[in-house]
Amino acid sequence: MVAAPRVPTPAALNCPNCGGVVELRGFSHTRSAVCIQCCTIIDPSTPELRVLQQFDERLRVAPLIPLGTRGKFRGRLYEVIGFQVRAIYVDGTAYSWHEYLLFNPYAGFRYLTQYDGHWNDVVTVHGLPSFTVHAGRKAVHYLGQAYRHFQNATAETSFVMGEFPWAVRVGEQNVVDDYIAPPYVLSSEQTGSEINWSRGTYVAGTEIWQAFQLKGAPPPARGVYANQPSPHGGKVRQSWTTFLWLSLAWAMLLAFFVFSASNREVYRHRYHFVQNSPGEHSFVTDVFTLEGRGNVEVELRTDLDNNWSYFNLALLREDGAQGFDFGREVSYYHGRDSDGSWSEGRAKDAVVLPHVPAGRYYLRVEPEMDAQASAQAPSGMTMNYELVVRRDVPTSWLFWLAFPFLLIPPLLTSIRAASFEGQRWSESDYGTASGSSSSGDDDE
Amino acid sequence: MSRAANCPGCGAPVQFAWSSALQTACPYCHAILVRHDVDLAKVGEVADLPPDSSPIQILTEGVFDNRRFTVIGRIRYEWEQGNWNEWHLLFSDQTSGWLSDAQADYAVSFHTAPPVEFPPAGELPLGRVFQFGGAQFRVTHLTPVRYVGFEGELPFVTTDRSEFLSADLRTQDARFATIDYSENPPLLFTGRFVTFEELRMTNLREFEGW
Repeated sequence: MVAAPRVPTPAALNCPNCGGVVELRGFSHTRSAVCIQCCTIIDPSTPELRVLQQFDERLRVAPLIPLGTRGKFRGRLYEVIGFQVRAIYVDGTAYSWHEYLLFNPYAGFRYLTQYDGHWNDVVTVHGLPSFTVHAGRKAVHYLGQAYRHFQNATAETSFVMGEFPWAVRVGEQNVVDDYIAPPYVLSSEQTGSEINWSRGTYVAGTEIWQAFQLKGAPPPARGVYANQPSPHGGKVRQSWTTFLWLSLAWAMLLAFFVFSASNREVYRHRYHFVQNSPGEHSFVTDVFTLEGRGNVEVELRTDLDNNWSYFNLALLREDGAQGFDFGREVSYYHGRDSDGSWSEGRAKDAVVLPHVPAGRYYLRVEPEMDAQASAQAPSGMTMNYELVVRRDVPTSWLFWLAFPFLLIPPLLTSIRAASFEGQRWSESDYGTASGSSSSGDDDE
Repeated sequence: MSRAANCPGCGAPVQFAWSSALQTACPYCHAILVRHDVDLAKVGEVADLPPDSSPIQILTEGVFDNRRFTVIGRIRYEWEQGNWNEWHLLFSDQTSGWLSDAQADYAVSFHTAPPVEFPPAGELPLGRVFQFGGAQFRVTHLTPVRYVGFEGELPFVTTDRSEFLSADLRTQDARFATIDYSENPPLLFTGRFVTFEELRMTNLREFEGW
C-alpha cells in the first residue's frame, strides 16, 4: 500500500452486447459490471460474460464523483468503483439519492450516499441491533446507543454504473428502515428473508471534495437531513447552564443588596381616621431623621375590609428644600360567589421613594374615604391605620426586571433547536407529529 | 515442528508446518495429499483455485488477541451469489483457527464443542436464538454452500464437493458463530468480526497500484 501509487490502467472486458470497453476495478470481487455505452449489466465472473440485465438508457445519471477517482478517506486510500441511484416513492413523488461504492483491496468496501447535498459515510454493521422502544416510538439499540425510528420505505434501484460485488438490477426493491442518533443513522435493508444492517455517519460535502480532490464546490445541502447533527444540539444545554450561572450571580448580587441595606425604621405611628369628622383631614407627622444615602419606604397598614381609601402623601424636608408628593390607594375586597371565594387588593400598601438625601423630614398625610357612602352610613366610615417609615430598604425589583432578559438567550436557543428538530422530523414517518417535543433529549 | 515428506505423485518435497495437519495439497502437481504419520497418500487432485482477490496468502502472518498466527491453508467456499475464503491459521501455540475473508470483510473463528444440540439442517429456522458463551446468537443467514478449492494444510480430510448448509449466527456485539452441516452432528465455529487493521498482517499479497 503505497501512498501515491502509479494507478495502473484498470482491467477491462468487451461488452458482449455492444463490444464497448468495460473497465474493471474491483478485481474478482465484481459480480456486476455495467457497460455504460449500452446500459447492460454483465456478470464478469462467468466465462461467457452473462448479461444480467439491460436497462433504459434514458435513466442515465452523471455521478458527482467520477468512477475511478481515488482519494484518501478516513485514513485509507479508496477508489470509487460503483455508482447507483435509488429512490423511494411517497405519494407518487420519487425522492432519489446517490450511492458511491468505494473499494480498497485490503480494507474492503464502504459507501458514500448523497441526498440533496447531504452526505453519509456508510459501512456494514456486523453486530445485531436489538429492537426496543424509545420515547414511545420504535427504536433500536446498538453498542450502547439508542437509535429512534425515522422512516420505513421501499427503495428501488433506478440506475447503476460501474461495478458491484453483488448482482445488481435496475428496478430491484428493498424494504429499508432508518433509525437515527445524529450524526449516525442505522439502516436495515431487507432482501427476501435476510436483513442487513449498515451504519452511516454524516459527513460534510467539503470533506469528500477534499478527500477526492474534486473540482469546484460540493452541491449545497438543502433542508435538514435525518441524521444531520443539530448545530444547536450542544448549545441548548450550554445556554441553560449559562443561564443558571447568571441567575446565581444575580441572586448573589441581590443577596448582597438585601444584606447590605440598613433597613432602619425611622418612624412608626398608629392613627384613627373618621371620614365624617368635620374640617381638614390632613395633618403632619413628627419630624424624623434620615441618615446616609438611599431610598425611603413608606408603609400603610390599614384595617380596611371591603372598602377603599386614598392617601395623599408628601415627604417634606424640615427646611423646605426638598419635597416628594405621592398618592396611594389602598383597597381590599373579598367575598364568595358561584365560583367560590374571591378577593381583590390588600389592606396594606408600601411605596419606595428612591434616592432621598439625608436630612430631617416629616410626612404630610391626607386620608380620604368614600364621602358619599360615608354620609349614608349610620356611624360614618372609619379606619385604623399605621404609618411606618424605613430608611434604606432592600429592593429586588431590578432583579426581577433583569430576570426575563436572562431567559432570552436560552429560550431563543431552545426554540431554534426545536425548530431544527421539527424540520428534521417533518421528513420522517412521524412528520405530522410535533417534532419540537423531541428536542429536549437530543443534546444528551 | 515442521515435517517433510515427498509427494507420491511427482516426488516434490512437501512440508507440513503444523504437526496436526491431516491434509495438504502438493504445491507443484496440485495433488491432494493425506498424511498417515509421515507417509503421504494421494487421494485426488485439486482443481486450480479460481482467481480471487483476497489480500491474504499462504504464509501471511498476523496477530489476533495478542497471539501471532501464520496462514497455512485455505478452503474456498462457493454459494449462490459468490464465494469466500476460510484461511486456516496456525497460532504460535500450535492451536488452529480460521480467518474468513468474504470480499475483504474479515472474521476470526475457532472450532468449538457445541454447547447445545443443534437441530438438523432442514429444521433450523432463521431468527432462532441460541444462548451460549454468555451471549444470544441469532440465526441470520442460512446458506447452501460447497467447497470449490483447497490450498495448503488443513485439519481434516475431504475431497467432497457436495452442497451442505452453513448457518450464520450473530450477537449484538458483533460476535458470530457458524453451524457447519458438512458433518453429522454439525460442527460449530465461534469468533468475532475483525477489521483489517487490527490483525496487523504482514506478507500480504501485493496489488499493483495499491
